[in-house]
Amino acid sequence: MTFFEFVGQFWPRLLSGTGITVAQFVLAAALGVVISLAAGLMKLSENRIVNGVAVTYIEIFRGTSLLVQLYWIFFVLPLFGITLEKFTAGFVAIALNTGAYGAELVRGGILAVPKGQWEAALAINMSPAKRMWRIILPQALINMLPPWGNLMIEVLKGTALVSLISVTDLMFQAKQINGTTFLSAQVFGAALIIYYILARFLVTPFMRWLERFMARKLGRA
Amino acid sequence: MEDISGYPLEISGADAPMVSFRKVRKVYGPLVVLDDLDLDVAAGEMVSIIGPSGSGKTTVLRMLMTLEQIDGGVIYVDGSPLTHMAKNDKLVPASQRHLRERRADIGMCFQHFNLFPHMTALENCMEGPVQVLGISRKEARERSEELLELVGMIEKKDQHPSRLSGGQQQRVAIARALAMRPKVMLFDEVTSALDPEVIGEVTNVIRKLVSEHNLTMLMVTHQMGFARDISDRVCFFYDGKIEEQGLPAELFGNPQKARTQQFLSAVKEAV
Repeated sequence: MTFFEFVGQFWPRLLSGTGITVAQFVLAAALGVVISLAAGLMKLSENRIVNGVAVTYIEIFRGTSLLVQLYWIFFVLPLFGITLEKFTAGFVAIALNTGAYGAELVRGGILAVPKGQWEAALAINMSPAKRMWRIILPQALINMLPPWGNLMIEVLKGTALVSLISVTDLMFQAKQINGTTFLSAQVFGAALIIYYILARFLVTPFMRWLERFMARKLGRA
Repeated sequence: MEDISGYPLEISGADAPMVSFRKVRKVYGPLVVLDDLDLDVAAGEMVSIIGPSGSGKTTVLRMLMTLEQIDGGVIYVDGSPLTHMAKNDKLVPASQRHLRERRADIGMCFQHFNLFPHMTALENCMEGPVQVLGISRKEARERSEELLELVGMIEKKDQHPSRLSGGQQQRVAIARALAMRPKVMLFDEVTSALDPEVIGEVTNVIRKLVSEHNLTMLMVTHQMGFARDISDRVCFFYDGKIEEQGLPAELFGNPQKARTQQFLSAVKEAV
């Protein structure tokens, strides 16, 4: 069977898997951004408890395997009375993992804002919260967008792991098709191409657009 | 903690200074930056601070803006303590809340302007009035446009800082500080980062403020000619202390101390 005959026959399942993959990616990315922001700000806090919570979270989720984290959230948390549906467990695990890396990007982006900006905001007597939200974060965001682009591609690729807790994403469908047809080259070839297209023609252009958009807001474009 | 029981809770009276440093001390590790500094600035007075680098002159402004913590003594603004607050008839170190309340009296312009790059000139000026003072956007806009007019930047009000020259940015920064209606304005080497040909546009704005407004001003500067022209008093700092101070004509024309003479002749040679 040629590659094109293969795609002609199995495209509905590949497409449905791709839909789930995109949904997992979008939800994990969105939740990951929120967690990153919270953890990054907490890590900058001078309060030792707040800071300690952030450091512990980052250490655990950055220092252990995403697959193990996924299994913990799906198989172990129910033993403690927290049961997540597999689809939810999938993107929550990826988001928690992303947040640990993203927190460092947020923290780095904030620290890269020149000291003079903090001082100018203080000189017009802004409250610490407003200073962060209105003056520092918008500038930090621009600093951190390029590394965020990389992280987002990692998130997309990370979603393939959710197939291991039976979320019917692209990788899950590919494995199923392979199991019944043994057309390994075609099916995993197709999966490879689809992941590449998503990363190259969806995620990357979106991040570029976001960078240009922010640059315009800064009056730099 | 040092004993501050000897300091008054308030400074009152008709001739009470707008700004008063009483035995103010600042150290960085073993380095003494300000050594029991006493300095009074009267309401409406323009005081210039000159001196070699590392003499503590910028630190004076930064402490007054509460950008640096104080290690000894008390600073008073408009009669009440800035760095401390009264609690049970005793002075205790200021809380963040006290600092926020008292800081409202002070405005500052920086060597590197520090305009907010993601806002236009007008938005830079409106930010404080709207977000901090809580006045309406309409009123803040009117106030800001008036001030941009004063500094000659009204035509560029919708430009972002990246599109403005250094001199233009500094003029916007002055308008931004004035928009908060401070009682005391601080200028920290505001012309040091500028190209020579645009220094005049900034000094002219400050001249205008001196002649038309009754602001109390402290200015750290390396421009001796400018300091001589517009100051009511000049303080020469050396080693964290005021080595010599007086009327500009006296201090520049007939300096008494050897260190002042050395500094002034070294500056003259450099020009």
